[in-house]
Amino acid sequence: MVQASRDAAFVEFERVQKSYDGQTLVVKDLNLTIPKGEFLTMLGPSGSGKTTCLMMLAGFETATHGEIRLAGRNINDVPPHKRGIGMVFQNYALFPHMSVAENLAFPLEVRKMGQAEREAKVKRALDMVQMGKFANRRPAQLSGGQQQRIALARALVFEPELVLMDEPLGALDKQLREHMQFEIKHISDNLGITVVYVTHDQTEALTMSDRVAVFNDGRIQQLAPPDVLYEAPLNSFVAQFIGENNTLTGVVTAIDQGRCVVRLDSGDEIDAKPVNVSRVGDRTKVSIRPERVEFNKARLRSDAHTLRARVEEFIYMGDMFRTRLSVAGNDEFIIKSRNAPDQTRLQPGQEIEIGWLPEDCRALDAA
Amino acid sequence: MADATITGGLPTGREARPASPEPMLAADGTLLRASLARSLRRQKARALLLIAPLLLFILVTFVLPIGDMLFRSVENAIVPETLPRTVAALRDDPAEVPGEAVFDALYTDLVVAEEYKIHTQLGTRLNYEFGGASSLFRGAGRHVGKFDTDVYADQFGDANPAFADPGRWAAWMADDAVRAALPQTTDAYDAWAKFTVDVHGDDPAEEDLGDFVYAALYRDLAAGAQPPGLPSVDVSGFEAVSLKQQFVDDDEGWGEPEIWTTLRTFSPRFTAGYYLNAVDLKIGPQGIELREGSDRIYIQLFIRTLILSVTITATCILLGYPVAFLLASLPMRSANLLMILVLLPFWTSLLVRTSAWKVLLQQQGVINDLLVWAGVLSDSGRLVMINNQTGTIIAMTHILLPFMILPLYSVMKGIPPSYVRAAKSLGANDWTAFWRVYFPQSVPGIGAGSILVFILAIGYYITPELVGGTKGVFISNRIAYHISDSLNWGLAAALGTILLAVVLLLYWAYDRLVGIDNVKLGG
Repeated sequence: MVQASRDAAFVEFERVQKSYDGQTLVVKDLNLTIPKGEFLTMLGPSGSGKTTCLMMLAGFETATHGEIRLAGRNINDVPPHKRGIGMVFQNYALFPHMSVAENLAFPLEVRKMGQAEREAKVKRALDMVQMGKFANRRPAQLSGGQQQRIALARALVFEPELVLMDEPLGALDKQLREHMQFEIKHISDNLGITVVYVTHDQTEALTMSDRVAVFNDGRIQQLAPPDVLYEAPLNSFVAQFIGENNTLTGVVTAIDQGRCVVRLDSGDEIDAKPVNVSRVGDRTKVSIRPERVEFNKARLRSDAHTLRARVEEFIYMGDMFRTRLSVAGNDEFIIKSRNAPDQTRLQPGQEIEIGWLPEDCRALDAA
Repeated sequence: MADATITGGLPTGREARPASPEPMLAADGTLLRASLARSLRRQKARALLLIAPLLLFILVTFVLPIGDMLFRSVENAIVPETLPRTVAALRDDPAEVPGEAVFDALYTDLVVAEEYKIHTQLGTRLNYEFGGASSLFRGAGRHVGKFDTDVYADQFGDANPAFADPGRWAAWMADDAVRAALPQTTDAYDAWAKFTVDVHGDDPAEEDLGDFVYAALYRDLAAGAQPPGLPSVDVSGFEAVSLKQQFVDDDEGWGEPEIWTTLRTFSPRFTAGYYLNAVDLKIGPQGIELREGSDRIYIQLFIRTLILSVTITATCILLGYPVAFLLASLPMRSANLLMILVLLPFWTSLLVRTSAWKVLLQQQGVINDLLVWAGVLSDSGRLVMINNQTGTIIAMTHILLPFMILPLYSVMKGIPPSYVRAAKSLGANDWTAFWRVYFPQSVPGIGAGSILVFILAIGYYITPELVGGTKGVFISNRIAYHISDSLNWGLAAALGTILLAVVLLLYWAYDRLVGIDNVKLGG
């Protein structure tokens, strides 16, 4: 139990603030605890403070206020090279004047490791990323994906317990990126290392992470596992930032245990699950995921509120159909349906009725 | 043919391999290579047109003068052109001090050269090689007119008045048979007739002939020539004049071997003499030999130029690297401000900057005054920092420093900060991260800056001239001296060519050692 509680706090940010110019806070009151072995992703738009947090953890930026702890030790004043944290940079930062093997041997060399041990570790790390054949190449002779593997191997070769990754896949094409996502995930699971991963790509965050911290405006908006984040966003920023999302605005007219009624600006009334509305009269944005919208009346509950909608556009996407509707004054309302043999293909101009389960419709803040 | 069209017409790249014996054909059956060349011709022509003005400018102001300079360093036409007969006669006379025939030729040459006033130029030219040459030629030029050769004219005139008649001479000399019979006379007469027209603007048929023509006639007749149509005259009883004796009487130098060795050495149209001179050698009687100790200055000067240039380059690296590093790591705003300070010297005249160093460094100057005032130096122990090598190094380092900082800065600016961060995250301390990761990547900047500074330094002129005194001057100062003061352009050209060759050699060595792709002017 003692062990578990110490593990629960492998990396800790406590009331951390950061300001560059002394006027505005880039990071506002950050509190975050990362247990050992977790893959945590910091997700957010650019300028949200996620990279600054990573740099503070790596030691390249100093916290203006607050405390950062690694394995229980305050590391605010520990220089980067003594923190023992592995890091993968956005553009890999492989040293261009050294061969792949020299790049990997560098962290071992500065730790004054003997040559035989060094070579064994370099070889093992290269084999781990399946790059054993490339030891004598220069980084410039490798493709983007290969460089990325080497950067990963270099960050792991000295066996750090914590590895930071700053948008490491940003420069790769889509297919390679997806492949590398799995590879990084597997390697980190196999080694049992703790990973703090920064990205602005929500798919990457959802597929790789144990938990995701959504950053906006210098604060963590929500810290949760991917499924919770997607299905139960705590506020409208998270709902809109993660995945595709339909928003309707209105006022709460009735509220009780786990249920509320929202009168939309168009006058229609719908059922929703109150998340951060508390009183009748609160303005709210309701959020519904496109794939949770149902237009087949037979599949809806008999007492479900329905809305009239007109089909504006039908987009064939292969595995999915994406249909743009005009609903309650919102003509950017998207529904997604699986391309199944019995699935209806809606025609533009068609008038339909749509509905959903009340628990899939979340009444969030109006911001 | 049909076969070739089919294989050639396929748009796959496989047939284009050089192993294929069939030439690749374009769609219309013409050779693909020709077709490509035609399609590129317009582009090439336009590209050429765009660079044409610069090309022309460079050709006229740079390539041609440099070519001319290279040519001047070996060109030696002045000797064979001024003394054509002497040079020819010397070829047949290997004696240390040649015999009468050479002096006869020299007499004719000098009389002609004196008329054209070009013998002094020759004297000046030969004086570079042999110290007494100038005065020998000036003296001889002054006195050849008074040589005793007038006895020939008198004796011929006494023997037959026709010899004193220029009209008759003109008639004889129009006759090919006479010309063939009297080669030396013809040569002398033609030269006389030419300068009579060219220099005096007179008619040769009306002027009295020069004595040297009669001397030539005497030599021809004494050799047994029997010209048809001339009055017969027996020259065996004539009083002869030894021209060798005349010359030696005029100046004993003509009877000594030095002038003749020099003339022999420099009689070809092209000579290595300037180059030998430029590396402190000379051609002596026994072949190539070292100059006397006091005359050996150029090798030492070349070495000093190289050592000082390397020193200046090194101090520029030492001073410039930290500045460039600071500039590259500062935020843009402050970096730009500091950059202006780096560039500020460019807005000040070179002369002003150099003179400022004179004010600062001289013995009664600002720095010495300060040191004496502060009690670091006694008044008698003031440092000598100007008019020597120290002055040259200090002033030139200051002047060339921006040329080191600018390429260094632009290369350093191109090194992403993530490299050093990566190194630190991998466990390297500040120094290791700098030395193992940052510094190797800034080496191309050091290379570019060093090449710039070194090449500028090795040919620098104004600053060493002003602050270098005698110990701190460069080879270029000597070149300038020969160009504008001693007027020995050939030697200046040879020194310049050697300097150019040394620079190219060093550049080549640099390429071999460091690799020229390792030179970057920008990130």
